[in-house]
Amino acid sequence: MRHRSLLVLTTALTTTALALSACGSRDDKGGGDSGGKQTTVAIGIDAPLTGSLSPFGQGIKNSVDLAVKTANKNNEVKGVTFKTVALDDQAVPGTGQQNAAKLVADKSVVGMVGPMNSGVAQSMQGVFAKADLTQISPANTNPALTQGDNWAKGEKKRPFATYFRTATTDIIQGRFAAQYFYKDAKKKKVFVVDDKQTYGAGLAAIFIQEFKRLGGEIAGTDHLTVKETDFTAIANKIKNSGADSVYFGGQFPEGGLLSDQVKKAGARIPLMGGDGIYNPGFVTASGENNDGDLGTSVGYPVEELDSAKAFVTNYNAGGYKDPYATYGGYSYDAAWAIIQAVKKTVADNNGKLPADPRAKILDAVGKVSFDGVTGKVSFDQYGDTTNKQLTVYQVTNGAWKSVKSATFQD
Amino acid sequence: MHELPQTLLSGLALGALYGLIAIGYTMVYGIVQLINFAHGEIVMIGGFGALTVRLWLPDSVPLAAALPLMLLGGAIASVAVATAAERFAYRPLRDAPRLAPLITAIGLSIALQQIIWAFYPDAKKSRGFPQFQGDAFELTGSIHLQRDDLFVLAAAPLCMLALGLFVAKSRTGRAMQATAQDPDTARLMGINTDRIIVIAFAIGGAFAAVAAVAQGLRAGQINFEMGFILGLKAFTAAVLGGIGNIYGAMLGGVVLGIAEAASTTYIQHIPGMQQLGGGGWKDVWAFVLLIVVLLVRPQGLLGERVADRA
Repeated sequence: MRHRSLLVLTTALTTTALALSACGSRDDKGGGDSGGKQTTVAIGIDAPLTGSLSPFGQGIKNSVDLAVKTANKNNEVKGVTFKTVALDDQAVPGTGQQNAAKLVADKSVVGMVGPMNSGVAQSMQGVFAKADLTQISPANTNPALTQGDNWAKGEKKRPFATYFRTATTDIIQGRFAAQYFYKDAKKKKVFVVDDKQTYGAGLAAIFIQEFKRLGGEIAGTDHLTVKETDFTAIANKIKNSGADSVYFGGQFPEGGLLSDQVKKAGARIPLMGGDGIYNPGFVTASGENNDGDLGTSVGYPVEELDSAKAFVTNYNAGGYKDPYATYGGYSYDAAWAIIQAVKKTVADNNGKLPADPRAKILDAVGKVSFDGVTGKVSFDQYGDTTNKQLTVYQVTNGAWKSVKSATFQD
Repeated sequence: MHELPQTLLSGLALGALYGLIAIGYTMVYGIVQLINFAHGEIVMIGGFGALTVRLWLPDSVPLAAALPLMLLGGAIASVAVATAAERFAYRPLRDAPRLAPLITAIGLSIALQQIIWAFYPDAKKSRGFPQFQGDAFELTGSIHLQRDDLFVLAAAPLCMLALGLFVAKSRTGRAMQATAQDPDTARLMGINTDRIIVIAFAIGGAFAAVAAVAQGLRAGQINFEMGFILGLKAFTAAVLGGIGNIYGAMLGGVVLGIAEAASTTYIQHIPGMQQLGGGGWKDVWAFVLLIVVLLVRPQGLLGERVADRA
């Protein structure tokens, strides 16, 4: 009985796989041999488009869309029209992996932008690596994604040649935050909370290491659970620990509530976090006042960069419903890097797109170098951005305001 | 040990909230032996019902004055959904194998979440919920009572008192007890058991709305996913207290809430257990407690019936 059901399952799976691959090979013909005519290629997008992190995800999707529209309008690559294929991962790694498989199966996809969450990226990297499909994340900051699991021991090894990112890593962000907290904000005793996720726990660990190295004291550490809303027990602990500040590794839905509940518990101390909490949703998480809370984010504020003025103007003119948010500029640059790589591939192949361009585009992405929205865009040997600019933001009168922008120094 | 009173107070407020939701699980289970896994979503719908009322009212109405209307709006929404679920999803399956209504409940839970996600304006992210303004009440130097916790600490005992009186004294309440004991005999005695079952779902829905308002006030926000974790915790509370017993549900909720708060605070002070303490492990300890209680008392803390049909 057991064997028979296994047999049925295997048959079903094989049939599905065959059907899928059949679809794939049919699609093949459309892309390749359209000689002098206009070829359409797609840039995949994967981000949390629904759910609590959707304010970030929608900004990513819209910014890639803007890059694609701009490329088409300017006829950036002769003979090639770009389109987007946007998929929703709901910040769930399993969904991200399914989306990765979908993008790989769609032969018109020549590269993809996303995802937002480091944990989701881990589940997608392997799928793209097997298909030579370029992946550029505008938001992942976990170091292991580009430098391997043993990066902390100094053994840097790039695990997947197809993975790039326009965002800086948490090694830089966590240390930058610790330096600001200790030197500029003069905080000496900090309580660290993380959300047990790849991004949050990694960022918190790097922060603790650097804060201790500088001479600061860790009043205590704790962990919370994503999607819960009651953190009063942790808040009471923070208050009783006598800490003068809180550092939170995680995302804004929990970060906002944690900050509010710490303040309600009677500890009027600031909370600091990474780019995950740098979102208007952090301030509006509940009714409590968040003034004084801090957040670091990768890059300079997009509004203040000369290179970004055109982006901001075009985005606002584009009529998008959601703001470009934290990662908009990085998403635009990520998409533009793929477009530039396609341009180079086409130029190297006598002005037309090769039949299976993915490997050649991957090769070209590693070598791109252009002035993007967020500054110079290029990648190092690990696939990390060479841009190491960061900004500290503070909540002032209910809105995030930048207080310090700098290039990270060791 | 100076943080003990504060830990107990926070745990009590959280536990009372779990208890209010657990009532819905336990009443339905007591009468039809069904674990209504969609009950967490009934809570969520109650929250959105209350929020809708608040948005309809002009901003000039103070929250304290709006609260009764919000409760009413939330109760109408969740009672309507709970009774509709009974009528259209569970009643046709009443004589089906026990797994069928259970799977239906899980499907219904997903469906209700997605309906709110898709059709309630701006519900794809968290919606802000009004909160009482002002600092916490300082009872003594080290104990703070949150304004928003006051609601659940007052509402939970009142609701329990009303429910206790209703079940023990009223004709319908006694008919409920009879149906719970033996539905077939109850029907032979002239009790309309279909009506009793609907009433059980309705009471669960009304309690869910109170819990949803309490949760909204405490967290300052509600979202379409909030029912899942709350429902899971409340179900645990109902089992802990003895499923089928209404006082057990409230006691189980309070015990669970205090266990969560205390394990976050204290476990890591036990020598050698530092790694196993804190907020990341509180659910583990809550379930360790549940398993220990069920080992010693399989019927739960106050359970009367042996859990032979679960």
